[in-house]
Amino acid sequence: MPAPRLLDAGETALVAEFGNEVDPVLSDRVLALDAAVTARALPGVRESVPTYRSLMIHYDPLVIDRATLAAEVTALAQAAPAEGRRGALWTIPCCYDPEFGEDIATIAATTGLPPDEVVALHSSARYRLYMYGFAPGFCYLGGLPDVFAKVSRRLKPRPPHPPNVVMMAGGLASIATVSMPTGWFLVGRTPERMFSLTRTPTVLLDVGDELMFEPIDRATFDALEARAAAGEVVARREVQP
Amino acid sequence: MSAPALRIVAAGPGTTIQDSGRHGYLRFGVTGAGPMDALAHATANLAVGNAAGASAIEVGLGGLSLAAEDGPVTLAIAGAPFTVTLDGQKLETPLVLTLEPGAALALRAGPTGAWCYVAAAGSFATAPVLGSTATHTRSGLGGLDGGPLKAGDRLPLGATADLGHTAPSRLIAPWLERSRDVVRVVLGPQDDFFAPEVVERFLTQPWTLSGRSDRMGYLLEGEPLTHAGGFNIVSDGIAHGAIQVPGEGLPIVQMADRAPTGGYPKIATVIGADLGSFAQLRPGASFRFAAVDIATAVAARRGQAEALARPVERVPFIRTDLPSDFLLGLNLVGGVVSATAPAT
Repeated sequence: MPAPRLLDAGETALVAEFGNEVDPVLSDRVLALDAAVTARALPGVRESVPTYRSLMIHYDPLVIDRATLAAEVTALAQAAPAEGRRGALWTIPCCYDPEFGEDIATIAATTGLPPDEVVALHSSARYRLYMYGFAPGFCYLGGLPDVFAKVSRRLKPRPPHPPNVVMMAGGLASIATVSMPTGWFLVGRTPERMFSLTRTPTVLLDVGDELMFEPIDRATFDALEARAAAGEVVARREVQP
Repeated sequence: MSAPALRIVAAGPGTTIQDSGRHGYLRFGVTGAGPMDALAHATANLAVGNAAGASAIEVGLGGLSLAAEDGPVTLAIAGAPFTVTLDGQKLETPLVLTLEPGAALALRAGPTGAWCYVAAAGSFATAPVLGSTATHTRSGLGGLDGGPLKAGDRLPLGATADLGHTAPSRLIAPWLERSRDVVRVVLGPQDDFFAPEVVERFLTQPWTLSGRSDRMGYLLEGEPLTHAGGFNIVSDGIAHGAIQVPGEGLPIVQMADRAPTGGYPKIATVIGADLGSFAQLRPGASFRFAAVDIATAVAARRGQAEALARPVERVPFIRTDLPSDFLLGLNLVGGVVSATAPAT
């Protein structure tokens, strides 16, 4: 695959950058290099962080020098397949009730769509988990229908949202596990925990996996929430043909 | 009898347990946390025979009061020149001492510096979360319950190497005396989002640390920087010390509690060897950045690692202004002994 641009983030992190956009082709390259770097397990490489378009490789420069690491990364990128692995497909239950989807009316006003159509479009799209970031289990999703590109970020962040919310902003979708102030708009809430210290596995989805949201009513949410709180996985991993 | 423990008598808001940080989970959005001044944190740990990255208490400007319970606890204190008192008597830092049950140890912010570390011989038997005890309050991970230490908290010691009683001694740690006027950076990874003259101005103009700074980010005040193009980039990784420049043009240095990824251009990255001294700046302090190459950054890092590879030497305090009963309680050792050798 094409060689990434190598950038230094200080003397302990090297960035392998494949482009500047949110694009599944770039993401496939990032994930292929991430897999290769992880498998190579070079002494001195501490951990790597895949993002939409680049891989940040954290390293100890007293164990591996920058030139050696750069040569290794370039070689690994050349040898890595340009096609990414096929991610799993997940169904994530999501309750869009106004109590949870508190910004659906605003999104409807911004896009000119009826609220029902906002939910119908949001829950019929297929999303890709491009990266985690910001907070534990915070999922950055691509695949939001274009009509929602008009939904920018909040002018001012709102106070901390409840846990396990489904949001949109700036043409992207997200799932936020940990309660935090946010500039995103709330669409709904899932009973699933994308990150849980009291469950094995701690994290359900791999970067590169795909997902769809399944609308559930409030009674179903409450039932699934109780099961998820007890440590059960309530999202479904679909069998793909 | 239970194992010796430290009891938190009073703690300012910024006091947390930190080990060397949570590693391997950045890819899931989990912050590394860890000490703001890793060199001071490691110095305190090594001085009491712990691993450099063991769990220790990071004390912020709010200060800390401690007591030992169920046995004596040998402690080292290193970092910012906080005012340390043992039963009301002032002691110079960095120091090592054995805190006896019933004695009162207090740390209060001094004239300069922001973070001071208290390491206990044997470290703390705090359960790790995702492999680390480092506290990240924003996500509620690490420490005792994911939050800062508070009055009443009890920290049982881990497997204690029996160091016996240690006379209050000053630690010889000249590597902690660092310049706070110049902060060295490696330019990039997004310095090409700024015109060359803006990069030059970033490096030459003075910057002042804002009072809104915290463990997550150090906000800088000065003449704002202008971006050559846009300031929204597609999110990518954030290294410790990355200097983000948001739309308003005032840089934010990403510190220990930073998010693992972010969406503003990063003009430069503070080198590892200067992160600790930079973290010790007080709001209102002014400084300049200076660009260095990777080789210089690595050499500085190696210098600090070599300083820590040697035993931390100590010299017992010789005090004449102490009451005789206090002096009688001290075991005044002549000369310099290694911190890792058994105390006499």
